[in-house]
Amino acid sequence: MDENKEILNEFLIESYENIGRLDQELVVLEKTPKDHALLSSIFRTIHTIKGTCGFLNFSRLEAVTHLAENILSQLRDGERELTGEIVSAMLDTVDAVKRILSLIETTGSEGEESFEELKTRLRALADGKQAAAPSPGKPPAETPATLRPPAPEPAAAEPPASEATALEATDSRAHTAVADSTIRVDVSLLDKLMNLVGELVLARNQILQFTAMREDANFAGTSQRLNLIATELQAGVMKTRMQPIGNVWNKLPRVVRDLAVSCGKQVAIEMEGADTELDKTIIEAIRDPLTHIARNSVDHGIEMPPARVAKGKSATGRLFLRAFHEGGQVNIEISDDGAGIPPERVKRKAIQNGLITAEQADRLSEREVFRLIFLPGFSTAEQVTAVSGRGVGMDVVKTNIEKIGGTVDLQSRPDRGTTIKIKIPLTLAIIPALVVTCAGERFAIPQVSLLELLRLEGEVAARSIELVHGTPVYRLRGNLLPLVYLREVLELAGGAGAGGGAVNIVVLQADDRHFGLVVDRINDSEEIVVKPLGKQLKGISAFAGATIMGDGRVALILDVLGLAQRSKVVSERREQTVIEDHEASKRAAVEDRQTLLLFRAGEDDRLCVPLGLVARLEEFPRSKLERAGSEEVVQYRSQIMRLVRLAGVLGTPAPPDRDPVQVIVFSEGSRRIGLVVDAIIDIVEDRVEVKSESRRSGVLGSAVIGGQVTELVDVQEVIAAGDPLWLSNAAGERAGVGQGRQRSRLVLLVEDSAFFRGVLRAQLEMAGYTVIEAADGVEALEKLGERAVDVVLTDIEMPRMDGFELARRMRQDERLARVPVMAVTALGRPEIEERQKGAEAGFADLQFKFDREGMLAAIQKLAVAVDQGKQETEVHV
Amino acid sequence: MSDTVAEASQSRQYTTFSLDKLFFGVETVKVQEVLRYQPTTPVPLAPGVVSGLINLRGQIVTAVDLRRRLGFPERPAGQLPLNVVVRGDDGAVSLLVDGIDDVVEITPELFESPPDTVPEKVREMIRGVYKLEGRLLLVLASEKILQFESQES
Repeated sequence: MDENKEILNEFLIESYENIGRLDQELVVLEKTPKDHALLSSIFRTIHTIKGTCGFLNFSRLEAVTHLAENILSQLRDGERELTGEIVSAMLDTVDAVKRILSLIETTGSEGEESFEELKTRLRALADGKQAAAPSPGKPPAETPATLRPPAPEPAAAEPPASEATALEATDSRAHTAVADSTIRVDVSLLDKLMNLVGELVLARNQILQFTAMREDANFAGTSQRLNLIATELQAGVMKTRMQPIGNVWNKLPRVVRDLAVSCGKQVAIEMEGADTELDKTIIEAIRDPLTHIARNSVDHGIEMPPARVAKGKSATGRLFLRAFHEGGQVNIEISDDGAGIPPERVKRKAIQNGLITAEQADRLSEREVFRLIFLPGFSTAEQVTAVSGRGVGMDVVKTNIEKIGGTVDLQSRPDRGTTIKIKIPLTLAIIPALVVTCAGERFAIPQVSLLELLRLEGEVAARSIELVHGTPVYRLRGNLLPLVYLREVLELAGGAGAGGGAVNIVVLQADDRHFGLVVDRINDSEEIVVKPLGKQLKGISAFAGATIMGDGRVALILDVLGLAQRSKVVSERREQTVIEDHEASKRAAVEDRQTLLLFRAGEDDRLCVPLGLVARLEEFPRSKLERAGSEEVVQYRSQIMRLVRLAGVLGTPAPPDRDPVQVIVFSEGSRRIGLVVDAIIDIVEDRVEVKSESRRSGVLGSAVIGGQVTELVDVQEVIAAGDPLWLSNAAGERAGVGQGRQRSRLVLLVEDSAFFRGVLRAQLEMAGYTVIEAADGVEALEKLGERAVDVVLTDIEMPRMDGFELARRMRQDERLARVPVMAVTALGRPEIEERQKGAEAGFADLQFKFDREGMLAAIQKLAVAVDQGKQETEVHV
Repeated sequence: MSDTVAEASQSRQYTTFSLDKLFFGVETVKVQEVLRYQPTTPVPLAPGVVSGLINLRGQIVTAVDLRRRLGFPERPAGQLPLNVVVRGDDGAVSLLVDGIDDVVEITPELFESPPDTVPEKVREMIRGVYKLEGRLLLVLASEKILQFESQES
């Protein structure tokens, strides 16, 4: 009821203001009937009152104003001339409206009077029957209720008889109560006051500094008082800009009701904490997002009444709004007890809309799944309804909230409902910030992005900041924290940092990435008043604005995300986190991109292996390395793991070992072997195109990866060099018990990319198969004609003849029809269509190219099936 | 050129100042105030013509070095600039000048367009020239002076 009262008060204040103006405007209009602007203004006033009445359910007031509006609209459209009669009728309408308003104010209802006479006159005027009115001049006061038709709704508890008199008595004084206790103030005036208070605070700070230097009790006392008053004044002025969130929520019951009715649903809206106050600018900014979320809840969240009952819930859905202050922020929660959002549906939608691949969808956590909803190009609405088809997605909601420094989070449980949590700062005008110094200038860093502060003293600093491919990083509790030197990002004069001294690192969060900002000095944290930068400086993404410090000087406010992007900590691709990442890897897959592990060994700066082949990356202290005969080993997972020195295999001089030793672990079943390298550089994703074949042992060739020439390590050869028995042993293990066949199975590998041929061949051979190669379907058929092959492993997309055609041809050839064909595809997951087409063509299986385990298992199965088939054939013969 | 002549004939009061021995003016109606030297906070990554930010009674104002903007040599070390704060479309901007002179009133007859020999880049920032007794007054087109955007590399 409180909210209703507030709405009512607002309506009264606004209507009194407008209607008060109408008297005068109508009189002026009579003199200048052609004043179109004035006429429009009058029309708008009446129209507004009428509209609000509809909302507040004041049917009498609505009826009267509606009739008046009809006439005004005729006038406005030039359909008729303004006459004295019309003006009189209008003025009478104004009086009637005033009377009803004061009744509403005093009694809460619009009373019993129905204004039949006035309505008849207005109706007649609207019909153009000028003379129909009984009295041309001011009509006598309305005859009270005796003649009116039965009231459509009973009036509130007010006894009707007393109404007319009560009205007379309260008329003039009643609205003083509401209307005169508030005044409207231009927001720009408040802004100006805010600025002045800011100035005052600065002056006060300076005075307080003086006070500290003097020993004058009087002066100290006075400045202390000044201090208190200024603080209180600041709080008071800030409060003038604050508005209860109820001002935004007020609009929601109507929106929700209308929507519920049009969807045939029943929804009750509940609110808690409507008096939670927020800065005006923020109130404005969250209006649309909140409305959108509420609409979504009703449209998609809450089920139809029968469905609800079937689930054992009450037929009426519940939309619950809650707001509260917490930790200097305002939390807003919008929850419904509807159907919830099934994560599966979100995934399906995201896959459908091409936001992620099915493979990626499988790996997402529930929270990540819900985050998909906030991506551009996502809409959960199964069908576009009149409500949801407004072109505003949740991505817009997120963008708008983030614009004001807020965050959005969504939680949902099937059949229990969905809750959206929004956190926003109390005000944009004043924020807590950390002040740092760099190259003699001060910078403010908004506290919301701040995670922690680190200080590395002299030697520790020199030792613990390492370089990963030229980028400085610091190991923070086991994680690599990329470091950004503020001095460098901002191109500040003065060259290197404080020189030899301590290193101050401000750990910041930009999106989901953490990074360390290296500054000269960390000063203090304080509340700062945010001021925008001029147009000429808006384009610099590194700054969010400026502020005035205690000494009156200006300091720039750093934009953490902007800084991160500028220094490439958050790349364009990562900016959108999950999805963009997935988008990229999806693209990568399609373009034959590969995830590669880059590392350094001996004289070779840039080597790589496909990450898919790598089991683990490990670090061993040098002291753990042992010798077993001529071999180097390490105890690893209660086994002895043989180590191979890559530098040795490549024939380059081995550099002295670092401590700890970096090892890339490869595994095959339970067997493991470790490759000792000097340093892991990075994991990159790139299209691999072998530019030149290699003549060196242990290297497949070189390719340009990440813009630099990188050598591709021949894993198979390197491992064979370290453990010649690896391949056969591994094959033996894989062949399993009872197979007993010594002959290694022959696989024909058909693949147009030389690199993948190399990779797949290595994998197959490591698993104990003998491999022959063909670059396309035509060549494959030739090879099949030459040798009896156990299994054909083919790529799908190839020049001259693709995998489908190859399989089809083989099915038609009597000798080859029994040879199983397994296809591998670079796509994230074999598409259903592709599977079907493959099945028709005769693929025995279809696997994902990078899924080593899956591919090997499948091929093993096929090979075993072939063997059994042969045995059966033998038996039958 | 005709509209600039027309404009010039409308406003005839100019706040004048010196810059590298030359005599400049901007329409007084556009000048918010004139201030002595103010400490400035440099803005990294900003265009070179931006000298920094100053605190103008709680308002943060961008200071544009007029010498740099017009391609003049740098102000000699130790010489402090003064601020002519002009109102732009997007709030106030301070122009840093060498010295402040009077507000002068001039008849439009003395007005002439800037000679074509003035480099084009500078010419578009100069609305015209008044031929005064013994010296020339160069009238700045303040809106053009403020027309530069920050571009990030």
